[in-house]
Amino acid sequence: MSVYHIANNELRMTRVLSVDTESPTVKTFTLKDERCAKAEPGQFMMLWIPGVDEIPLSILDADQQGRVSVAVKKVGQATEALHRANVGDLLGVRGPFGNSFALVKGTVLFVAGGTGTVPLLFLARKLAPRMGKSFFVLGAKTKSELLFSNRFEEVLKGTETKLVTSTEDGSCGITGLCTEIVEKILAEEEFNIIYSCGPEKMIRRVFELAEKHRIFMEASLERLMRCAIGLCGSCTIGKYRVCGDGPVFNSKQLRETHGEFGKSKRDMTGRIVPLE
Amino acid sequence: MKAIDLTVNFVGLRLGNPTVLASGILGYSTETLKEIVKGGAGAVVTKSVCLKPREGYANPTVVQASCGLINAMGLPNPGIEEYVKEIHSAKVNVGVPLIVSIFGFSAEEYKVVAEKAVEAGADAVELNVSCPHVKDTGSEIGQDEEVLKEVVKKVKSSVDKPVFVKLSPNVTSIADVAEAAVNAGADGLTIMNTIKALAVDVESGKPILANRFGGLSGPAVKPIALRCVYDVYERVKVPLMGCGGIMDWRDAVEFLLVGASAVQVGTAISLKGANVFGKITQGMEKYMKTKGFERLEDFVGLSHRK
Repeated sequence: MSVYHIANNELRMTRVLSVDTESPTVKTFTLKDERCAKAEPGQFMMLWIPGVDEIPLSILDADQQGRVSVAVKKVGQATEALHRANVGDLLGVRGPFGNSFALVKGTVLFVAGGTGTVPLLFLARKLAPRMGKSFFVLGAKTKSELLFSNRFEEVLKGTETKLVTSTEDGSCGITGLCTEIVEKILAEEEFNIIYSCGPEKMIRRVFELAEKHRIFMEASLERLMRCAIGLCGSCTIGKYRVCGDGPVFNSKQLRETHGEFGKSKRDMTGRIVPLE
Repeated sequence: MKAIDLTVNFVGLRLGNPTVLASGILGYSTETLKEIVKGGAGAVVTKSVCLKPREGYANPTVVQASCGLINAMGLPNPGIEEYVKEIHSAKVNVGVPLIVSIFGFSAEEYKVVAEKAVEAGADAVELNVSCPHVKDTGSEIGQDEEVLKEVVKKVKSSVDKPVFVKLSPNVTSIADVAEAAVNAGADGLTIMNTIKALAVDVESGKPILANRFGGLSGPAVKPIALRCVYDVYERVKVPLMGCGGIMDWRDAVEFLLVGASAVQVGTAISLKGANVFGKITQGMEKYMKTKGFERLEDFVGLSHRK
């Protein structure tokens, strides 16, 4: 009998190496995990807080010393419990899961909203050595939620990338929605690709603009995640499973899922409900 | 040489090949079911649906164990009122027999859900009386022959489509339970559901699944599933669908040899994708050519012949 490696992604227990506070609601946790440290930008992992919950988290950074970082916004019971974790605490890890962004050379437009910045910052780090004249548009509700300002400096150093920030309340950068800035940039500049991650309605708006300007786009989407291995169907969008066929979707796939993309998702019962 | 015939004809259902999507895997939506059919499935079983919407359990809902998978999703489903829309659409678009898996917390609930599923277009229903991780339904029904009989009778008397009953291996004698189900009117049986299991983490000392208990599937359970099908085939005469750890054509052939007329595949999809169905069928066809079998019936139950 042949041996099947169903267990090819067993849960590993690991300790928290460091915790960094990024904003009043966001903390970055760095863990030791050889497998997730090999993740490509766009991939995610499942993080188990023993006795509480297991949640999907986009990978922020990974290095050759086997360290992997995730940034977590406090949004519910599980993330609140995680925010209480300290250096040395034990967490369970599965992953990395999903596909990753295509690494396109040339001029790039990044559009990130809120914690959607996480995978795009990881991507920018990978792309930086071969990036042409690029823009990174970063949007948030308010100044304190504009993430990773310290990391951006380091990542974008030596590149021809312009960082443009916007806040809805005008507390930092341009006042308004980041999609308004995107509209202006696209009227003047040309890009080889647009990458986007953030609230799905924002991504949908970016996608409409990308289509109008005929620019290829990739976006990272989010859905309710349970098994993460393509079986349970909780995370489907159209015919795709976000856990395996995504989380990164390209223009063609976004067109195919237009009925759901930016509009609806499945709730815990599997029912289709509108996106907030 | 004659062409190889891979079709299955049982209790009024006609399948182009004997591979069937097992319940619980994808199966919320027509679009994902279509992908499974594109991958080669001869029929599909939907996720289990009940009367009221259910959210299921918190994560972790799966543990990837050695040679198997333990899951405790908690039977999440939008409830039959909502799900009939999906059944309507699947019936029109899927193109293969549509078997709707149903469950309830009483015989009456099974009956109501079955009626609505059939009304919406189900070609057959499969009674989930064997989920090992939800209280007051599933295996708690399938482990009690009297309760099981009541459920099967009630459903049979109210729908005019084939009724399959999916049995639990978590019993002393699965053949006894199978006989009870058939005596109550079951048209066919699915053998078997997952095996009640648990995983614990040595670092935290905690059970990993939020529900503590789950059901083990995958290659680890195949020998047990084969034994169950063998036992049941000796006892009852209705068609059987074998289920448990089928990863390739060889596994599928094993299930037919012990008495299954078709096989259900679930866990394998996570490793091999939806094409696993087509690959199993192709492998089976080659096997039949080599062995000189023209129809599946030529070797269904062959291992029982003295």
